Amino acid sequence: MEKRTTFRQWWIGVAFAVPQIVLIFTFFYWPAGQAVYWSLTLQQPWGGGNIWVGFDNFRQILSDPLYWNSVVRSIVFALVATGLSMGIALILAVFVDRGLTGSRIHRVVMIWPYGIAAPALALAFRFMMAPEAGFLSSLNRLWPGLWDPGLDGVDAMIEVIVAFSWKYVGYDFVFFLAALQGIPRALSEAAALDGAGWFRRLRDVQLPLLTPTVFFLLVIDITESFQDSFGIVDIMTAGGPARATELMVYKVYFDGFKGFDYSGAAAQSIVLMILIVALTILQFRFIEKRVHYR
Amino acid sequence: MIERTPVLDAVTHTILALGFVVAVAPFLVVGIAASHDLFHVNLVPMPLVPGGHFVENMTAAWIRADLGVKLLNSLIFALGVAFGKVIVSALTAYAIVYFRFPGRHLLFWAIFVTLMLPLEVRIVPTYAVAANVLGPWQGILDILGVTWLAEHFAGVRLDLQFGLLNSYAGLILPLVATATGTFLYRQFFLTVPDELAEAAKMDGAGPIRFFFDVLLPLSRNNIAALATIMFLWAWNQYLWPLLVTTDPSHATAVIELKRLIPNEGGIPEWNIAMAGTLIVMLPTLLVVVVMQRWFVRGLVATEK
Repeated sequence: MEKRTTFRQWWIGVAFAVPQIVLIFTFFYWPAGQAVYWSLTLQQPWGGGNIWVGFDNFRQILSDPLYWNSVVRSIVFALVATGLSMGIALILAVFVDRGLTGSRIHRVVMIWPYGIAAPALALAFRFMMAPEAGFLSSLNRLWPGLWDPGLDGVDAMIEVIVAFSWKYVGYDFVFFLAALQGIPRALSEAAALDGAGWFRRLRDVQLPLLTPTVFFLLVIDITESFQDSFGIVDIMTAGGPARATELMVYKVYFDGFKGFDYSGAAAQSIVLMILIVALTILQFRFIEKRVHYR
Repeated sequence: MIERTPVLDAVTHTILALGFVVAVAPFLVVGIAASHDLFHVNLVPMPLVPGGHFVENMTAAWIRADLGVKLLNSLIFALGVAFGKVIVSALTAYAIVYFRFPGRHLLFWAIFVTLMLPLEVRIVPTYAVAANVLGPWQGILDILGVTWLAEHFAGVRLDLQFGLLNSYAGLILPLVATATGTFLYRQFFLTVPDELAEAAKMDGAGPIRFFFDVLLPLSRNNIAALATIMFLWAWNQYLWPLLVTTDPSHATAVIELKRLIPNEGGIPEWNIAMAGTLIVMLPTLLVVVVMQRWFVRGLVATEK
């Protein structure tokens, strides 16, 4: 879409764009290019030159079982957390969309968790799910040693996933509800006249029309699970126990800033970038081909 | 829909009530835990009747994490990002929509690409840039051979150094350098009727006048939505402030939470940890509650 009316003084336009150009060059394109360069060289942590090593850094991380561990953990985290938050959000949105008394208050409250900083909610959940205090510890009263995210990797993963999902249910809910309310009432009414009950209308009218939203949220949630998980992991488990919750971004941070392995961290960043770009392209393909039922 | 569905209605109310409890419970638990003393907060399960130590715990958390300064830092940081975004992206969107200049499409795509890669995945080199923000420009000069020329012919060694670590600029600028807001404005500017620009031109208004007197007043809703989203987003940042602020006097409230994690050994002081959590999340919760309309609108609009 283009404007018919534009201004002739194009240099003013360029001047308007300068701040953003300077910013994205300095803080986006240069660092992104730098990451590529570092990933192909062996970088000395305290300056002092670097050696060209080609794809050695990639070969090294890809043959490192610890790296694959973080990849697998990230995928498990992304899929379970996304599935959980989207599933719950969809159910809640469908019920709120029915518009019974009290649904207004739900529309207001469900979004609250999304406003909370990931580390803050992580600390809150760490308390609620602590093995010796809070609430889940009641389990340990019945079966001693059943729940201990400090020692058991699976427990730790559950803890992180629950905290993340709690935040993103609210986010997904907003989009699902907006999509549901965007569906013309006439469609549901026509189906009802044809004798379709509530569930039938949900399954055959509303859910198919939600597919674009589902794909969209799928990509956003997975991408967010790579980024927003950092604060949760750092506060709740610090990647432990025994690297059970060491997600990819956490490993980049750890190797780069604690281990001073800039080249390794850069190579990991590149893999992460490729992954996220691939996901984004996937999203645009789906958005381009929005499913229309006409 | 006009049909009687008593069973379904009962199910709806039950599920929604459950959802409500799950959404609200953590807030209540944090608040109640912050009101207990050390003994009661560590009872299993924690008693749900609030204790009487609320003020005491809040004070302890406030002092321990030095939250007065940290909250102020957070506020400056979040407001800086919000304003920076609102201004920079409005300017760029205006340039893209209302002007035809060489390289316009290239610029559009260059900005568009920044949407794809969040700060977290390019954290290591971005940190290097923050350590010396003139590094990229030095790099350009090196590549162009200007450094070499200057050294050989003028005897001047060009070494541009300017660090942004432990400064508000270092916290704010990298977070402003993405395209979220630009596209929000672009979509909106495209819906503004062409006749407005034509009328403005006919009345003799130049592009700058049109921008400030016509477009910006029309964009008030979008500005409010974008500012709300960006304020929350910046306030809740964790990784970037953690790296950029090594000096505690510039740290933000969210990264101070780490200091409140009860250490292993001894009786964990969850009451104080939860009091700190409450202090850190209260401002954003307030913003969400008060600005709900803008917040939801901004969420749905920025992601398109």
